[in-house]
Amino acid sequence: MTIKNEILSHLENDAHLDAATLAVMLGEQEEAVKREIAACEADGTILSYKTVVNWEKTDRRMVRAFIELKTIPQRDKGFGAVAERIAQYPQVRSVFLMSGGFDLALFVEGESMRDVALFVAEKLATMEGVTSTATHFVLQTYKDNDVIFEQDHADQRGNSW
Amino acid sequence: MFDPTTRLNHHIVKIRPSGIRRFFDMLDEMKDVVALTVGQPDFVTPWHIRDAGIRSLEEGKTYYTSNNGLLEMRQEIAAYQKRRFALEYDPKTEIIVTVGGSEAIDLAIRATVNPGDEIIVPEPCFVCYAPLVELAGGTPVPLPLKQENNFKLTAEELKSAITPRTKALVLAFPNNPTGACMTREELETLAEVLRETEVLVFSDEIYAELTYDYKHTSIASLPGMRERTVVIGGFSKAYAMTGWRLGYTLAPAVLTKQMAKIHQYGIMCAPTTSQYAAIEALRNGDEDIERMKAEYKARRNLIVERLRAIGLPCFLPEGAFYAFPYIGGFGLSSEEFCEKLLYEKHVAIVPGDAFGSCGEGFARLSYAYSVRHIEQAITRIGEFLKTL
Repeated sequence: MTIKNEILSHLENDAHLDAATLAVMLGEQEEAVKREIAACEADGTILSYKTVVNWEKTDRRMVRAFIELKTIPQRDKGFGAVAERIAQYPQVRSVFLMSGGFDLALFVEGESMRDVALFVAEKLATMEGVTSTATHFVLQTYKDNDVIFEQDHADQRGNSW
Repeated sequence: MFDPTTRLNHHIVKIRPSGIRRFFDMLDEMKDVVALTVGQPDFVTPWHIRDAGIRSLEEGKTYYTSNNGLLEMRQEIAAYQKRRFALEYDPKTEIIVTVGGSEAIDLAIRATVNPGDEIIVPEPCFVCYAPLVELAGGTPVPLPLKQENNFKLTAEELKSAITPRTKALVLAFPNNPTGACMTREELETLAEVLRETEVLVFSDEIYAELTYDYKHTSIASLPGMRERTVVIGGFSKAYAMTGWRLGYTLAPAVLTKQMAKIHQYGIMCAPTTSQYAAIEALRNGDEDIERMKAEYKARRNLIVERLRAIGLPCFLPEGAFYAFPYIGGFGLSSEEFCEKLLYEKHVAIVPGDAFGSCGEGFARLSYAYSVRHIEQAITRIGEFLKTL
């Protein structure tokens, strides 16, 4: 693996790691690691540093839905025009162009099912180029962003030597 | 009244409970301890390997296997050893699948040691060799290794330890607790000494996959060494499979034949579920090894740098997942240091003398923990040092 890819895979796993620590871990100079990270941030290889939150553990209520969207691809722009417009909504957490029976897959978040349903009905279904939507509400998150939820994190390893 | 204490085996009565055990018992009584004590991976066995074990249960494979292990498994071990370490063993006559590397070590010792035989045990080392030699009626001869040699065994040290009564040498690299490794050239200098003798080698290569600066060489792959060597291998460290209890011996047929008797009468066969899981590990697990190894290497670099930064000298361990810093400069014995650290800062590390008296002045820190956990522990150790 290149040093750049090593840095990226460590950061993907733990965004908290600073350049100095990464440099020690990878046996590199701190300056070199800083340069790599800066370059990745500048060219959009590193897009953002986020935290995986299990909102179930808080008093904040929130609903997540997976939405299948069919669209009419536009001349010259294909599916891009619709997808880019949809991506602008803060309620939309992710947008993917899919192969198979529908075109765009979305993850949408709201405070209630009504919230999400209204968003789909008012904003998505009415959008030019969108021909149909199918909304599936998320009932439980087992794993997201590589993280298994509701897992016992206690160290159960025995001290046998 | 009947007193069972008069009816015990005098070899076992003489064996002292290990120092490390006492320390762990203390640790178990305490809460909120940041421990760096565990001698096993913090990864869970990769899913495809666990799945293969589960599938074998679903398919009703709940029988004993042949004594020496499933032939399919032994064939995979042979293929793996050839692919990774250039060793060639006959699955039918030279491989026994055992209950962990520990049983494999016991087999090698019991199949060869007669009363009065000396077994050279370079220290610091894993705790089981000397007691098992004593149980077999032999005499363990501790050979203290030196930090100035990065805890490697040198030809001169080996030569000076060999007597007419020497039956075997225990060679355990990559080493628990020091993390020391031996290069092919360094092993060659030992082989040169051994070839002139009748000394056997018990080469405990359980950490063979976890070397960070050069590829592991098995001494059995050097000229004239295969016929005198029992290679001990296993799945615990490379594939994070400690709980599956699975290891093996690789040895010439003459030795294997005798070890097999002990194994079949004492154990019967290694767990069947574990064997099916291990077949999957051997076939499709090379990538898992690389992934975990990369992670250990990064942590190794980190823990060594952090230890040095707080003022504890530490040589760079080239393998396994332990750092072995010098903690002797504070007027405390290793045990006193570790106990005080445990009680005052709630950080647990293992006193070096648990691995042989020459480990006095050192401590073993496992880095089979997350980066954050390691950083937290070392920060606390740093605070502790300021109070000394």
